[in-house]
Amino acid sequence: MTAVLEVKDLQVAFGGVKAVDGLSFSAHEREIIAVIGPNGAGKTSAFNCITGFYRPTSGSVRIKGLETTGKRPADIAAVGVTRTFQNLRLFPDLTVLDNVRAGMHLYGGQNWADAILHTPRFKRSEAMYTDEANYWLDFVGFEGARGVPVRNLSYGQQKRVEIARALARKAELLLLDEPAAGLNYSEKQQLLVLCGRIRDLGTSIVLIEHDMGLVMELSERIIVMNFGREIAVGTPAEVKANPAVIEAYLGKDDEGAQSNGDA
Amino acid sequence: MSENVDATLAPQRLGPPRSPISRLLESRLIGWVALAAALLAPFVTASPYSLNVMTTAAIFVLLASGLNIVVGYCGLLDLGYIAFMAVGAYTAGIISKSFELPLLFTIPAVLVMTILAGLIIGAPTLRLRSDYLAIVTLGFGEITRITANNLSVTGGPSGIFGIPGLLKIGGLDVENPAVLYYLTVLVVSLFVLASARLGKSRLGRAWRFVREDEDAAEAMGIHTYKVKLLAYIFGAIWGGLGGVLFAAHLSAVSPQSFIFLQSALVLMAVVLGGMGNMRGVVIGALVISLLPELLRDFASNRYLVFGLLLVVVMVFRPQGFWPARGYERERATVDVDPPAVATEQGR
Amino acid sequence: MTQLIWDGLFVGSFYALIALGYSMVYGIIKLLNFAHGDIYMLGAFIGFALLTSMGGIPASLSLGALLIVLLVSMLITGGAGVLIERLAYRPLRGAPRLAVLISAVGVSFSLEYGIAAIAGPNPRAYPIRLEGGVFEVLGARASLPQIVLMLIAAGLMVALNFYIQKTSTGRAMRSIALDSNASLLMGINVNAVITRTFFIGSALAGAAGVMAGAYYGKIDFLMGFIIGLKAFTAAVIGGIGNIKGAMLGGLVLGFVEAFGSQWFGGQWRDVFSFAVLILFLTLRPTGILGERVTERM
Repeated sequence: MTAVLEVKDLQVAFGGVKAVDGLSFSAHEREIIAVIGPNGAGKTSAFNCITGFYRPTSGSVRIKGLETTGKRPADIAAVGVTRTFQNLRLFPDLTVLDNVRAGMHLYGGQNWADAILHTPRFKRSEAMYTDEANYWLDFVGFEGARGVPVRNLSYGQQKRVEIARALARKAELLLLDEPAAGLNYSEKQQLLVLCGRIRDLGTSIVLIEHDMGLVMELSERIIVMNFGREIAVGTPAEVKANPAVIEAYLGKDDEGAQSNGDA
Repeated sequence: MSENVDATLAPQRLGPPRSPISRLLESRLIGWVALAAALLAPFVTASPYSLNVMTTAAIFVLLASGLNIVVGYCGLLDLGYIAFMAVGAYTAGIISKSFELPLLFTIPAVLVMTILAGLIIGAPTLRLRSDYLAIVTLGFGEITRITANNLSVTGGPSGIFGIPGLLKIGGLDVENPAVLYYLTVLVVSLFVLASARLGKSRLGRAWRFVREDEDAAEAMGIHTYKVKLLAYIFGAIWGGLGGVLFAAHLSAVSPQSFIFLQSALVLMAVVLGGMGNMRGVVIGALVISLLPELLRDFASNRYLVFGLLLVVVMVFRPQGFWPARGYERERATVDVDPPAVATEQGR
Repeated sequence: MTQLIWDGLFVGSFYALIALGYSMVYGIIKLLNFAHGDIYMLGAFIGFALLTSMGGIPASLSLGALLIVLLVSMLITGGAGVLIERLAYRPLRGAPRLAVLISAVGVSFSLEYGIAAIAGPNPRAYPIRLEGGVFEVLGARASLPQIVLMLIAAGLMVALNFYIQKTSTGRAMRSIALDSNASLLMGINVNAVITRTFFIGSALAGAAGVMAGAYYGKIDFLMGFIIGLKAFTAAVIGGIGNIKGAMLGGLVLGFVEAFGSQWFGGQWRDVFSFAVLILFLTLRPTGILGERVTERM
């Protein structure tokens, strides 16, 4: 198995605060990995490093064997990573279809001269954009109007659009930042199925998630982070039994033993 | 946690707007109607004065459609846009006068110079925050004007005059005001069409993505800096060609034509008409350039009115009177077969 | 040489006075108040109207009259600033930055051409001109009015600095600049503080307008445009949002201009200072005193 993503000794510091402090992991083809950990553990910071939004203080990131450390986000996306954001980052005034078309930006098939002259190539390319956008919206099970501004949609629908946009990039690696946040039970079940189908496309998924039920059911490997470090890694069963994980989630003195539920 | 996904909480206005006026304005016909009106106008009034006004208005439409690329599509506030017109007009004027060339032949040089100007202004500034960008472009606009005012090659404060006409082929004299008007209308409509088409292409979408959310655009592989620079360069080309037409129209160029007021007027046309919507921008440009000619009383206080209007429009309709519509037609039937490209995942 | 330094210091103190308003407003609501230079113009015209209505003023009383007019003009321009914020900026809080900027351009236009409609488009001569002896200080020629005006400017700046550092409103201003939502939660009346900020900034610009009118003797409705741009430059040089930076930036810009026009010729003065602005924004957008912030998503 080849590693789609290799993270080595990743460190990010903001001023004196080390958000990520020596994180190493790798993701293989068709693998679903969950990154879990308490709030502020550095999960999203690590994502932002991998996708180029933060410049790592030290360490390296390799995607499909290519060194991408310190490159700008657009270049890293071109190598083959796509992502969603913790708080939805859609283009609110643009239509649902246009939002998904954003993911296809790298599959051009047209240039500005084609656009001005409306060449056959331009028309083919535009038809491809529309067909594929519809295809990915179908793929994620988006039901509803597609020609309307995305800001008019409900939260759950917007989350689907964001995943469709990321899928339209057709990258080998998909990073999902809290995909289940704010979804109800049946929507979470649909997400579970969807992630499986995405994996079947040949895409590796790394996701940050707080819903333990979902994480345990979905992921093949789990990486547990706390204070910017990896404190445990393994299969769901291994992680569940790991004392360090229980400590991170419940505290050292296990007094009340309050359930972490889907915290 | 799960209540907030209730679909009934979503805003109800999901369909496209349906009022008769907006349907008329959004039909494909409107462009042809506008072109026909422009072509027929000289048959209604063809005095030298009205031809002059109409030619000026047409050039103004060209400028507004160029600035719309920068401000409307890409969301970059340019307060010194007129500098590109100055570069175009001066380049055309200087070359055609010193080599006794018709203005038409200066266009390659004008393109080179305006693209260069776009790069010089854009390259260092497009990484800045949007409000810094606004003031820097304003500074560049002033630098351009003061430079033209101080150099001898640009003729100093009095500028360049006696510029040859656009072209002279046999009996067809383009210096004839009516011929020049038709030629201007032709060029301007082609460029308005081009800029509208750019807006509905891959590049045009990339501009809008950048305008809406730069980070999300980057994450999708859009090189935001390059895309912004392209918006600047296209805007510069439109402005530069406006300058050539301007030089042909007045056969003179002087620094007073490129003061900040002019940049602001073009901006008003874009903003009042509706940022990003080419039809709205054309109407805005026509209103701003023609209304003072039609209403004489209004003319003396027009800038005050425009200024107040700008504030009022921003407060009540931040997208402009007639913004780009956020709707598009959807497919009629649901595709059953996945598109071939989409299935060959992973290559 | 000393003459250049003195000239730079004098012009620079004007820039500093206007830059303060720019910087304060920017520091607090991150708004580039494009109309700020026009508030300066407004101050000059209000002073003009007040002095004209007072009728003839004997030369011996001109300084006293000027001070009273200065105060009244500051109150009126301060009020105008507050009004502008209420009508043109507050409704747009939370709107895209582009909309607020365009609104500010609209305000600037309305002020310029509103004054042109009222007072006429031609330059007006100021009813009083400060006169006084000329001194030789270390080889530089300095006039009494220059010294008086600089003292007034310095006094205003010292007072402002005291206000910001020592009073509770000043503390509230600084906290809103850091985080306006958190300040709101801590019980600070954010709107009231923003109103006060606009009042103070506009009053200072108005004071500069009256002083410029009295010193140069001629005012017109576009006089605020270039100086607004220069004041912004000064604010950027010093580090926008930073009060001491604005004062420093004003003085630095004054020197830069004085030396620039000496070397390149007076007609290139404006080009030179805008070039400095662009240079600063591209190379060190945080200015001399600004601190670097790590940007987080």
